[in-house]
Amino acid sequence: MKMSKIVRTQSGFLYPFILIFGLYIVIHGHLTPGGGFQGGAVIATGFALVVVAYEYKDVRKWITANRLSLAEVTGLLAFIITAYLGLGSTFFRNWLANSGSIFGSRVPPGINPGNLNTGGVLPVMNLAVGLEVLGGLGVIIVYMLNYLKRGEESAG
Amino acid sequence: MTEFIHHIPALIIVIPLLWGFATPLIGRLSKKGMYAWVVTALAITEALTIAQIYLVLTQGTQVYVMGGATYNTTIPPDSGGIPVRIILTVDAFSAFMAFTAATVTLAGGIYSITSEEGTSGESMYYTLLLLMLSGMLGMVMTGDLFNFFVFLEINSLASAGLIAYRVGKGISVEAAFKYAIISSVGALIYLFGVGILYGEYDALNLAMVASRMQFTGLDKVVMALFTVALAMKAGSVPLHYWVPDAYGKAPGAISAILVTASQASLYALFRVCFSLFGLGSNTLTTGWFLISLGLLSMFVGVTMALIQTDIKRLMAYHAISQTGYMLLGVGVGLATLGTAAFSQYGLQAMEGGIFHIINHAMYKGLLFLTAGAVIYRLGTSDLNKMGGLAHNMKYTTVFFMIGALSIAGIPPFNGFASKLMIYESTYLFNPILSIIAIVVSVLTLASFVKVFHSAFMGPKLYDVKEVPKAMLVGMAILTSLIILFGLFPNIAIQYLVGPAAKALANQAAYISSVMGGA
Repeated sequence: MKMSKIVRTQSGFLYPFILIFGLYIVIHGHLTPGGGFQGGAVIATGFALVVVAYEYKDVRKWITANRLSLAEVTGLLAFIITAYLGLGSTFFRNWLANSGSIFGSRVPPGINPGNLNTGGVLPVMNLAVGLEVLGGLGVIIVYMLNYLKRGEESAG
Repeated sequence: MTEFIHHIPALIIVIPLLWGFATPLIGRLSKKGMYAWVVTALAITEALTIAQIYLVLTQGTQVYVMGGATYNTTIPPDSGGIPVRIILTVDAFSAFMAFTAATVTLAGGIYSITSEEGTSGESMYYTLLLLMLSGMLGMVMTGDLFNFFVFLEINSLASAGLIAYRVGKGISVEAAFKYAIISSVGALIYLFGVGILYGEYDALNLAMVASRMQFTGLDKVVMALFTVALAMKAGSVPLHYWVPDAYGKAPGAISAILVTASQASLYALFRVCFSLFGLGSNTLTTGWFLISLGLLSMFVGVTMALIQTDIKRLMAYHAISQTGYMLLGVGVGLATLGTAAFSQYGLQAMEGGIFHIINHAMYKGLLFLTAGAVIYRLGTSDLNKMGGLAHNMKYTTVFFMIGALSIAGIPPFNGFASKLMIYESTYLFNPILSIIAIVVSVLTLASFVKVFHSAFMGPKLYDVKEVPKAMLVGMAILTSLIILFGLFPNIAIQYLVGPAAKALANQAAYISSVMGGA
């Protein structure tokens, strides 16, 4: 069930922007509203858009359930391993905050535009959750698409 | 090493999580590797829960501050005297429950290796199994009211997924859907109560809220919300209607583990009554409330079980009935709390009720595993179609007999030990309660005689083989504990049950373990 050329062109145009917007929400999770879950969900809507606009057999080549579930597992593992790395003091310890390395700057006091390089393990965990959610929701979308295809077969 | 042991409470919860998340990856590489991986996780968790019992017995209540500077700074200096972080509070009762949950899951996990072999999505099964274990352990070990809700949801969602694992032409899915809805409603009622407490006392830590408790009218509303939601999750009559479907339609190993999942909610019910509200509330009324729930559960559960013809549905109704004994025992303890009668028989009733928790987890777990074994070989759960299985399935028959005698309270098995304690102590409290408990026990025996006769006795109807080794190992683990606790109940009472009952009754110690001083 291919949509018209107008829809396909438009969705192809919008797709990268949706992905970038989702990534923006994920990576700014510790500074602005949103975070891993919300950003991951936005990215998954990008998949949904492509799925609606194009044919099943085309989409299945680009977005596979196998790869998405791999992303899901990787996200979950990254999250829990980040938490484990805090075991030097306690589990879930924010061991990166104020360390001077990546995401380790001190938070500037007072009103400021927001320094992305702060937050310690928070942005790391946001990235992990983002990966997990885009994988998980993506898998759900792909499986639903599977039923869409079956419906077409029985109708045709 | 001395540093490491303080991380045990956190590790018990997060080792199943890490292993569970990695299971799909391992499952892609090798199936045998995945089985070894899962059993390793379950064995490590089991070993850590035993270590934790030792730790709690030797060093007292353990606290663990998630993400804190050190594991035991429950109140950071810059927090204004409020325990801001998520704190695990592990006293003897929590350690006892964690051991129960880990043991049954270990047996169920080993059993699953062959019972679920060849089904599609095996890696997801083990991931959910480990998540479910993690949720149960979190529920019994957390000292934070909101955190309990989180673990309750983890446990409920994983359980719902597992109940639906064998689709069964949609029947299992329906049972899982029912379970998911009931669980969500229960969890939300609970969350509503947590919200009220948070609005009143600006705290979510159980010990903190308990120390600030004012016993206002709102707190009574909270108490009603908590007891109803948790009694529903524990599967007590009159909120038991999800139990037969969920236990009856889940795979055998999952039914066994679901018993401990319900007991984690039962744990929370007792914890809320004793450690959150405690003596300041009207313990006589709440005690009688638990006792009446217990009587209803015992009686309705067993009478409903008598008329069932589906082996697992029958056992599910017995699970409801046995939950009644725990409510009865601990309810008598709560009703006498703070009076002279508590040391005379109240504590013994509590010990009996708590001892019955672990005993029930073991023998009901075993019975569900044997039912799973019968269904594995015959493909039917209808008792009317079974018969003569004792000819070929010798080990399963013996395991079933041990489980059935134990649930009926026949010596020398563990059900006798805890039931006798409940009979003796409740007789002193109110003789009628004890008589009802004994009558229910007799009816339980009658019901299991029926199952034994129709499934295992009679002429050989089916030419089946004994179930594979892994399933027998799973059943043997639980059987050995049943016999151990049955022959040496004094050891279990001394090291597991006695400290647990005393810890539950001592609200001041629970509060001071987090808040310090007092």
